[in-house]
Formats: sequence, C-alpha cells, structure tokens
Amino acid sequence: MAPILDIKNLYKSYGTVEILKDINVAIEPGDFLVLVGPSGCGKSTLLNCIAGLEPITSGSIAIGGKDMTHVSPKDRDIAMVFQSYALYPTMSVAKNITFGMKVRGVDQETQDRKLKEVAHQLQITDYLNRRPGQLSGGQRQRVAMGRALVRDPKLFLFDEPLSNLDAKLRVEMRAEIKKLHHNLGATMVYVTHDQIEAMTLATKIVVLKGGIVQQIGSPSEIYNRPANLFVADFMGSPAMNLIPAKTKRNGTGMLIEIERAGGEIITLHDHHTESLPENVIIGVRPEDIAEAGFRAGEDVQEAECLVDMVEHAGADTYVVSHLGGRNVTARLHAETSAHPGEALKLAFDLSKVSYFAPDTGERLN
Amino acid sequence: MTDTALHTNSRSPGVIVLRWGLFLILGLFALFYLMPLFVMLTTSLKSLEEIRTGSLVALPREVTFEAWRTAWSGACTGIQCEGLRPYFWNSVILAIPAVAISTILGAMNGYVIAQWKFKGANFVFSLLLFGCFIPFQVVLLPMARMLGLLGIAGTIPGLIFVHVIYGLGFTTLFFRNYYVTIPAELVKAAKVDGAGFFRIFWSIFLPLSLPIIVVTIIWQFTQIWNDFLFGVSFSQAGTQPVTVALNNIVNSTTGVKEYNVDMAAAIIAALPTLLVYVVAGKYFIRGLTAGSVKG
Ligand SMILES: Nc1ncnc2c1ncn2[C@@H]1O[C@H](COP(=O)(O)OP(=O)(O)OP(=O)(O)O)[C@@H](O)[C@H]1O
Ligand SMILES: [Mg+2]
Repeated sequence: MAPILDIKNLYKSYGTVEILKDINVAIEPGDFLVLVGPSGCGKSTLLNCIAGLEPITSGSIAIGGKDMTHVSPKDRDIAMVFQSYALYPTMSVAKNITFGMKVRGVDQETQDRKLKEVAHQLQITDYLNRRPGQLSGGQRQRVAMGRALVRDPKLFLFDEPLSNLDAKLRVEMRAEIKKLHHNLGATMVYVTHDQIEAMTLATKIVVLKGGIVQQIGSPSEIYNRPANLFVADFMGSPAMNLIPAKTKRNGTGMLIEIERAGGEIITLHDHHTESLPENVIIGVRPEDIAEAGFRAGEDVQEAECLVDMVEHAGADTYVVSHLGGRNVTARLHAETSAHPGEALKLAFDLSKVSYFAPDTGERLN
Repeated sequence: MTDTALHTNSRSPGVIVLRWGLFLILGLFALFYLMPLFVMLTTSLKSLEEIRTGSLVALPREVTFEAWRTAWSGACTGIQCEGLRPYFWNSVILAIPAVAISTILGAMNGYVIAQWKFKGANFVFSLLLFGCFIPFQVVLLPMARMLGLLGIAGTIPGLIFVHVIYGLGFTTLFFRNYYVTIPAELVKAAKVDGAGFFRIFWSIFLPLSLPIIVVTIIWQFTQIWNDFLFGVSFSQAGTQPVTVALNNIVNSTTGVKEYNVDMAAAIIAALPTLLVYVVAGKYFIRGLTAGSVKG
C-alpha cells in the first residue's frame, strides 16, 4: 500500500535558525504516528508543516500519494486539533463543528446529519447551542475533536490535545482517542511530550530532539531497543538505568564489570554479545532488575548490591542502589524484604539490556 | 471587592466621616466641571435683555428658545443668514462616511498586520504609527495641492478623503492592538477548515470586534466632528462643516454680541459627540480595557 503520508528530506528554518533537519517519515493507512520529544524540539513545527500552515525550506511532503509540498492547508484533506483547541469563540458548538463544511459549501442536510453523528459519538449533544466559553476543558476538547471528525479527512493531526486536561480526564480521553482510532480506522499524527501517551496510543513513534529524528519504530522497538542514550533516557518512567561499565572478552560472550559502592566490582556474564568496546554504558530497565530468586532464565545473573533507598509505590516497590557511580532503580514486587542500608541480592536480566557507546551515545548491540 | 464590603459593613464613625468627606470633594469637583455647561445652557435660554441686566450664573427668569431657533436657522455666518443648519448637515454627511471608511480600512489593516504577517509588516506598521503623530499644520499645503490634483478641492468628498487618510493611523493602531491578542491558532484552525482571508475576517474576527469597533467609532467621530483646521482649510462656502460655521457665527456678529445665540450654537455643534458618548460610552471603557479573547 502506498504510504498515506510521506515526508522526504524535510528541512525547516525560521530565518537562519534551523528548526527541523532532514526529516524522513512515512506512514501507512490506519497508522497512529506519535511524535515525541522534549519541549521546543520542533514537534508543533513539524505538524504545522504537514498541515501546510508553515512553508518548508526544502524537501517534500506527500499526502495520499499526491505531492502536497506547495498545496494550501484547505486542499490537503487533513483535519487538525490544536493544543489550545482554537475554538471560534463567538460561534456555538454546533457552528464550530459545521464551520468547515459550511465554508466548503456542503449542503445543509448533510451538515445536520454529520453534526448529529459526531455529537452523538462524542457525547456533546446536550450543549450544541453553547459557546465555547461556557464549556469545561474536557468538553472543549471534545468539541475540538468533533470539528476534526466531521471532516472525514485522509489524515488527522493532533497537537498535544490532552495537555490542558487534569490527570484523570487525560487518562479517560486517551482511552477514547484510542477507541476512536480503532473504530474509524483513520490515520493519525499525534504530538505529545507525555511518553505514556506515546506508548499507549502509537502504532509508530518518532522521537525528535533538536529537530533531528532520533529513532522511528513501534512502541516496543523504541522501548526495548532504544537507538541511543537520548531515547533510552527519554522513554519510560522511571527511566532506564544507564550504568558505565567495562567489558572483557570471555570465551562465550563478554564479562561486564560494574563498580559497586565501596569500590568492589560486580561481574555479569553476557553470552549473547562478543564485540563490545572496552568502555560501554549498559542500559537496564528497572523492571529487568528483580530480587534474586524472583526471576529465572539462563540470562539472569545475580549480584549483591547495597540498598540506598526503598520507595513503596503501591503495586511495586522501587529500590535504589548505587552502581557505576549512578543511582540505579530496580522495580521489585510489593512485599520485598529490602531495607535501606542493607545488602540485597539483585537479579539482572541480561537478555533485555542495551549497550551504548559512551562517546557517541549510539546503540552497540 | 471583599475589602470594600468589609469597610461599608464596619460602620465606625471615622470611616463614615471619611466617606462623606470623599463624597463632598468629588461633588465639588463635579460642580466645578459642570459650571461652564450650566452657564452655557442658562445663557442660551435667556433673552438678550436679561443677559445684559442679570447675573451670569443666575437661572433664567423667563425661559425662551428664541436663541436656539436663531442659532439653528437664522444666525448669520458672514453674508448668509441661514443659521447652523446647512453646515450641521454638511458635518453629518462628512463625518458618517469618513468614520465608516476609516474604521473599515483600519480593521482590515489591523487584521493583516496582526495576523497575516508579511515581509516588512512591522515597518509598515511603524510608518502608520508615525502618521499618528505628524502635526496637521505640516501637511496642509501638500494636502491642498493633492486635493487640487485629484479635482476634489473644496468638496465634501475631498474632506472625507483627508479625514480617512489621517484617521487611518489611529484606527489601524486600535485594531492591530486588539487583534494581536487573538491567538494565531484561531486563524490556523480556520485555514485548515478551508476558510480564506476574507472569510476568516468576516466570520471570526469581526464578530469578536464589537468593543474595539465602538472605541474606534467614538474616537473617529469625535475627531472628525470637532475638527476645525481641515474644515477651514479644505472647504469653501457651502461645504463648510459645523465647527467652521460656529466660528463664523461667533465672529461675524456686528453690533450687539448675541451671547445667547452663540451659546446655543455651541451646544448644538457639540451635541452629536455628547450623544455618541452617552449611547456608547460604556462600550468605550470596556473596549479600552478589553484583554485577550479566551477561546
Ligand atoms: N514563528 C517562529 N519563529 C521563530 N522560531 C520559532 C517560531 N515558532 C517556533 N519557533 C522555534 O522553533 C522551535 C520548535 O518549536 P515548536 O513549537 O515546534 O516546539 P514543540 O516541540 O512543539 O515544543 P512544545 O512541546 O513546547 O510544544 C522552538 O525552539 C521555537 O522557539
Ligand atoms: Mg508544541
């Protein structure tokens, strides 16, 4: 199938400042693409470029197989939900939703029918006659959504639509968006800097930093095989433990030596890798460190560590210890016997670890 | 809010005295400012005889509207003796289109400068701002030449043209400052919805603009109605606005000075601006303080 959105070698500058550098992204019909990255990395700018609201400096954008690089927003067959919702303040909810159809000369009957459908779908039927100013944040969010949904476009663009909502509503709306995507089978591009949103919604994630794509992949690829230290650190909460280590060759694999508090060395034996430089940074997710005896497998290796801190977080307990000069968080079960100041045997699951080059930050395995 | 509520509730004697003292001072100021109006009104209702014999601040012994009638339709402005009436209508047919055109153009200018940033938009805006502060005396001669070239010298369309040109700086400034507070995402949303330049202006910006339109209309109307300099410079017999006619009435009386007619004429000339304030004043305050538009 032809990609529904195909961005090639896109560059975008404001004046002399390069905001986006050599972006290449393609998505298939039905994809849910999530753009993540820290504040100011160019997510909104990229979305605006896709929408045609900002001219691009070079490169090309194709939507639905047609080159759209120089086409105006109204002819790109897209709909967009803005971070601030951008509802028309003097129009009623119904008028807000039908404005696009009215401008495009859709007949009144179709307008009414679509309005009714969308209002029903988003459960906003009761306040169609209100002004946006008379709605709560969550209701406004739905209206903004409705304005996009009536249009039936090839591509939906969402710019942090949930960032103004409180935590509970955000979780609810997240689920609703997911359901919507599932039911409509629509293609969506979604900007967020909330990595939980990214992980739960996406079929494909693009991680941006400073206008440069760091990695493109499915949520599990991004999570399990981060392409570099930035992605490893950015995705996941608590973040991946990134521990400086030394390596030694040893027959069937490599020995990973990590300095423990007090200067002792703990040694892990990784059987899967043979070609690591002497200095590496080993990345282990907190959930891949368990209490000894609670995780089995041929790649699980145990080592004694000193517990610095114990945090009970309901279902899990986070245990922090000091390895390789860094705080290392392990995610243990709730009834762990760990006590601050005591030694605890931890099990490292080496089948899931990542190795990074300390200088370039690139992934090694 | 809570503060004043507390103060009015706690009726300690000191607070009450202070309060009444304040009212007294405010009242005195109000009286002071109303004094000239009072004198004008009473004088215009007196006969010449009474003015000569009575005191300036006394109420009229006998109310007569004779002076008003004369001022409206009989007083002499030079050789003609038709009163203010023809000139009053001159001012009306001058001010209404001039206000309307300069307001509409100002709104468009402000919309473009605030929301459709083009290369050099800021430069154009600073030029327009500069136009607000050019002393009018400086432009009299070039403008007279210009009107001559256009063939509208001494006509009412000519005066309208002048007022539109010199009003644009201010009207643009008003609308531009109002429109920059409107989030740019609103325009983006409308563009994605398929609306073009004029559609966005008409459907989204104009409905938001009532307060600033009122401010602009009041400002422009007052400026244009009260203008004397342009009126006296660029008009000829028959096209003069009311301010020029008022001046002529007051200055051209021979023999006895008819103070009552002068006063009545002055009040008639000032009445429209007064009316505009009374009708739209509360929007004026609101428009001047209107903040950003919450989506
Ligand atoms: N009109 C503009 N002129 C100049 N620079 C701009 C303009 N708009 C955005 N930028 C710059 O471009 C960079 C990217 O901005 P953008 O809004 O895309 O960030 P973002 O990733 O959406 O951030 P956030 O998560 O905070 O919304 C920022 O450094 C910003 O300062
Ligand atoms: Mg943004």
